[in-house]
Amino acid sequence: MARKKRRKVIYHILTMLFGVVMIYPLLWMVFSSVKESNTIFLTATRLLPEKATFENYVNGWQGFSKVSFGVFIKNTLLVAVIAMALTVISSALVSYGLARLRFRGRNVLFALVLLTMMLPGEIVMIPRYLWFNKLNWVNTYLPMTVPCAFAIQGFMVYQMKNFIEGLPKELTEAAKIDGCSYYSIFTRIVLPLLKPAMGTVAIFSFINNWNDYMSPLLYLKSVPKYTVSLALKLFCDQTSTSDYGAMFAMASVSLLPVILIFIFCQRYLVEGISTQGLKG
Amino acid sequence: MLKRNSAVKAKTNGKGGWTGRLYKGLMKESTAGIVFCLPFLLGFLFFILIPLLLSFYYSLCKYNIVGQSRFIGIDNYINIFSDAKFWKSLGVTGFYAVISVPLRVVFALLVALLLVRDTKVTPIYRAMYYLPSLLGSSVAVAILWKQMFGYDGLINAIFGFRIAWLGETRTAIWVLILLSVWQFGSSMLIFVSSLKQIPASLYEAARVDGANSLQNFFRITLPLLSPTIFFNLVMQSINGLMVFASGQIITAGKPLDSTLFYALYMYNQTFSYNNAGYGSALGWVLIVIVALYTAILFWTKKFWVYEGGL
Repeated sequence: MARKKRRKVIYHILTMLFGVVMIYPLLWMVFSSVKESNTIFLTATRLLPEKATFENYVNGWQGFSKVSFGVFIKNTLLVAVIAMALTVISSALVSYGLARLRFRGRNVLFALVLLTMMLPGEIVMIPRYLWFNKLNWVNTYLPMTVPCAFAIQGFMVYQMKNFIEGLPKELTEAAKIDGCSYYSIFTRIVLPLLKPAMGTVAIFSFINNWNDYMSPLLYLKSVPKYTVSLALKLFCDQTSTSDYGAMFAMASVSLLPVILIFIFCQRYLVEGISTQGLKG
Repeated sequence: MLKRNSAVKAKTNGKGGWTGRLYKGLMKESTAGIVFCLPFLLGFLFFILIPLLLSFYYSLCKYNIVGQSRFIGIDNYINIFSDAKFWKSLGVTGFYAVISVPLRVVFALLVALLLVRDTKVTPIYRAMYYLPSLLGSSVAVAILWKQMFGYDGLINAIFGFRIAWLGETRTAIWVLILLSVWQFGSSMLIFVSSLKQIPASLYEAARVDGANSLQNFFRITLPLLSPTIFFNLVMQSINGLMVFASGQIITAGKPLDSTLFYALYMYNQTFSYNNAGYGSALGWVLIVIVALYTAILFWTKKFWVYEGGL
């Protein structure tokens, strides 16, 4: 009995310890952001500051090239929210078609969806740039939002399709017998039930777009249009010799939305990731 | 509602004009299916197929994005094979993927085994291990990583090293590998949920037969997890071969191209050296490499992935 208890204690100590090592870098960043900028590396081994200051946040918020950091946040929110809404709507439509309707070419289409799931953004990075350049979409938000209206992120469609397939067939069958068209079955029966999966997809889409670095790097050319990730990168290049405090402060700010989502929507996130592996 | 629907139907049927026929056609299951999938069809065409074809055309051209393209045949492809930087970046990326992907999967599996038991604090542990992978792809973390491994950064301060981790060809790539391995959290969650699906009765039966925990792991857990492991390996390897942002932000390929990832080289050729034709050709070589690699992985499946179900 005592041995069992001891093993349990050891388990918890080890798991906890390793867990702290895992998140220590993040803690270090957040705590460094409230230290006085010139003491950050002198006191790197200590987590807590001698006296907390929010000066770094004030300095960082001024941004650069006369554009405040608030503008970057506003831009990112705009892109991420539009992209999220479009992704949710388009993925819901396509996943219902693939999950419940029989038509010619459905299997081919689903194979293509899986293909887009395996096709990483980096591989179409340059092809898409050349194409959007032809369409004159460079230095607009269109390359980051318009494709989202077309459900080409396989993971999102896959996620919703799995969910719809899990719904009882009787519901849609009964509606069909009652004379409901496929369109009203979708809007009146499937859509209300689809809310949890839509939540998961919305969260993933938002986080992906919030963190996205590659598209802004390729497409946004003028500073007032920058998103947070691109601004951070240039901020870090420009201040490489001086203001680490402000850099850490703004980096912490940029992580805040994702951390908030993590705290309040953990269940959706975990569920979304877990189902990803089930049917592999 | 249903009443109204049938009323509409009756009315349009009565009309029998082209609107009626259109309406009837749209109501058919086969048409409705295509209507619902239309966004994806168009999206695939406009945002995947056309860009890819366009880039294939440019890969046969001399092209610098702003000017006119000039057709030069397969010259770009021929040049690739005598391009030392191409081989260098391929080697760097391969090394990165070969080391980081298995490490990530192994860590994910080991920690998943620890976290599969349900105690009161398990959700907290799970959150701690998962958080890095949620935030890891952000620029903020890349910046943090760069500062941690700077000469007066956190790592040297804590462990008393005096190494410029990012300045030496031997160590820089390992800093990036560590960043990738650190983000094992999402694979871990996938493993936890697969582990929970293994019926306890199997372990009970094994215990009756006198199996120890090591045998349990290798004879029950591992085979039943192998489809999940496979799925993880495929997805992570593809992503590993594509690594771009962390390299671009933290080291930008330096020092001496020791962290010049393939995608980064492709990006540099296209945008920094104004060589979009050559960059497109590099992209197509990458597509072929990834396709071959995935095909080989799928071929090995039959030797080690258990697909018998429970």
